[in-house]
Amino acid sequence: MKRISKILILSLSAFTFLFVSCEREERGFRVEPPSAGRIESKQLTPLQAGVPTANPPVHNEYEENAYAMAEGKRLFSYMNCVGCHAHGGGAIGPPLMDAKWIYGGQPEQVFATIVEGRPNGMPSFRGKLPDYQIWQLAAYVRSMSGQVPFDAAPARNDDMKAKPPENSIEEAKPIKNMPRIP
Amino acid sequence: MNTDKLKQDRQEEQDKRKILSVCICVHLWTKKMVFNNRLFFVLLSFVLSGCRGSQSALDSAGVQSARLENLWWLFFFVCGAIYLIVMAVLLAAFFRSRREQKRANSETQPDVMPNPEREKRLGNIVKGAVAVTIIVLFVFMIASFRTGRAVNSLREAEQPLVIKVTGHQWWWEIEYQDRIPSNNISMANEIHIPVGRPVKFELQSTDVIHSFWVPNLHGKKDLIPGYKTTFVFQADKPGTFWGQCAEFCGHQHAKMRFIVVAESPEDFNNWVVAQRQSSVQPATNLQKRGQEVFLTTTCAQCHTIQGTPAYGRVGPNLTHIASRSYIAAGSLPNTKGHLGGWISDPQKIKPGVRMPMNSYSSEDLQALLEYLQTLK
Repeated sequence: MKRISKILILSLSAFTFLFVSCEREERGFRVEPPSAGRIESKQLTPLQAGVPTANPPVHNEYEENAYAMAEGKRLFSYMNCVGCHAHGGGAIGPPLMDAKWIYGGQPEQVFATIVEGRPNGMPSFRGKLPDYQIWQLAAYVRSMSGQVPFDAAPARNDDMKAKPPENSIEEAKPIKNMPRIP
Repeated sequence: MNTDKLKQDRQEEQDKRKILSVCICVHLWTKKMVFNNRLFFVLLSFVLSGCRGSQSALDSAGVQSARLENLWWLFFFVCGAIYLIVMAVLLAAFFRSRREQKRANSETQPDVMPNPEREKRLGNIVKGAVAVTIIVLFVFMIASFRTGRAVNSLREAEQPLVIKVTGHQWWWEIEYQDRIPSNNISMANEIHIPVGRPVKFELQSTDVIHSFWVPNLHGKKDLIPGYKTTFVFQADKPGTFWGQCAEFCGHQHAKMRFIVVAESPEDFNNWVVAQRQSSVQPATNLQKRGQEVFLTTTCAQCHTIQGTPAYGRVGPNLTHIASRSYIAAGSLPNTKGHLGGWISDPQKIKPGVRMPMNSYSSEDLQALLEYLQTLK
């Protein structure tokens, strides 16, 4: 009896794991992103006049969805973000893969930066991209500094990796007739 | 007792033959009826009509597709004949074994008697079948090889018409290349070619492997990211033919279609001259408002309209969008209503397509449509 229940529990948990992995790839083509209206009250600095008001952090659901972040990654090239930020390393614009944020690294702050633009070169994308695509971009930008769940984060392109993929590395062969050291 | 049983068997066999002959008579009679009846021909034409049309390899419109079609029919008839023969022999084998079992007297003789003469005969039949199979396979191999050579033997003309085709998820970018760069034409999902002139296609892909296939004109050719493939073909009769991506490439692979318009050299030249023009400037206030909407919202991020500051390279070039027959890679006919639906909610028509949903006010959308309709 005990053994049967053990097997049952094991198989049930295996099933749950199976279904958990399904959501990672779920492609919501018409998923509602977090409302952009909440961004109006964003704060760039904790300093403010009067009584402090706490803004609950915005939860960007796209940060758990591999498809949405892959779309964000595509938009990052399409919309020429790479032109200034490179692939996260930074060039004309600041790098996005480190822990340093000039205008805040929370989802709503990244969203606001893209929508409003920032001094010294960051253009405003207000009205140029639909909100849901900006949320996808914001999720991808945060993924570059490792702030999103690891299992959903998009991988770096093969051509940008420090070493070639394992299947294209030549197998090391033992050296024949190697002279022996006496 | 044995003799009685034999008689009984013979009687049974005769009965069977009678039933069979009656069946054949009934069959022939109905067949005659069917042949006299027009219905039969209507049905036949329905079956055959599947092989004709603007997206069929069995309705060739070029030299190369004609060779492919011949090869297809050769395979069809030979394989069909072999199938019928094999089925006939199989049926014969079923009935034969039953008859022999009955004849063998179960009490005095064993079920199987060695019969060297017959076995030799059967062995020869099997050997013959093997020989025929090898010959048929060689005939197929040679025919296929000859067709392959003939299909690839079409060379480009001295001044070839070069068309660069780039596969995107999920649309076709078509560029007519000229020695003078300002004469280049950028199209999407529609290829115009002159009849009777070999056209060279340079195929490449930006994302995944696609495959370029116009069944009426040629076989398939893959578009591979990072590798240019070329392909020469020629249309011998005018017409509009459907092309299709023939390599699964993602969500909207089925809606990655295009048309090839084969037309007379004069028509083709007129078309080229028209396509080289810059876009039509808006005339009315509504059209001007539409252009403003295009340039100041999401559209210009991805699309180009020559003669305006919109030069996005992500989506199709819309300089002459109103001259095209279809939108969304052959998904919808190019009408004002379809265009409006497509701009407002492309994710409903082609889920997963790269074009985002847009929420314009109805005035803005009407103005935008009005402007796009003028871009002949």
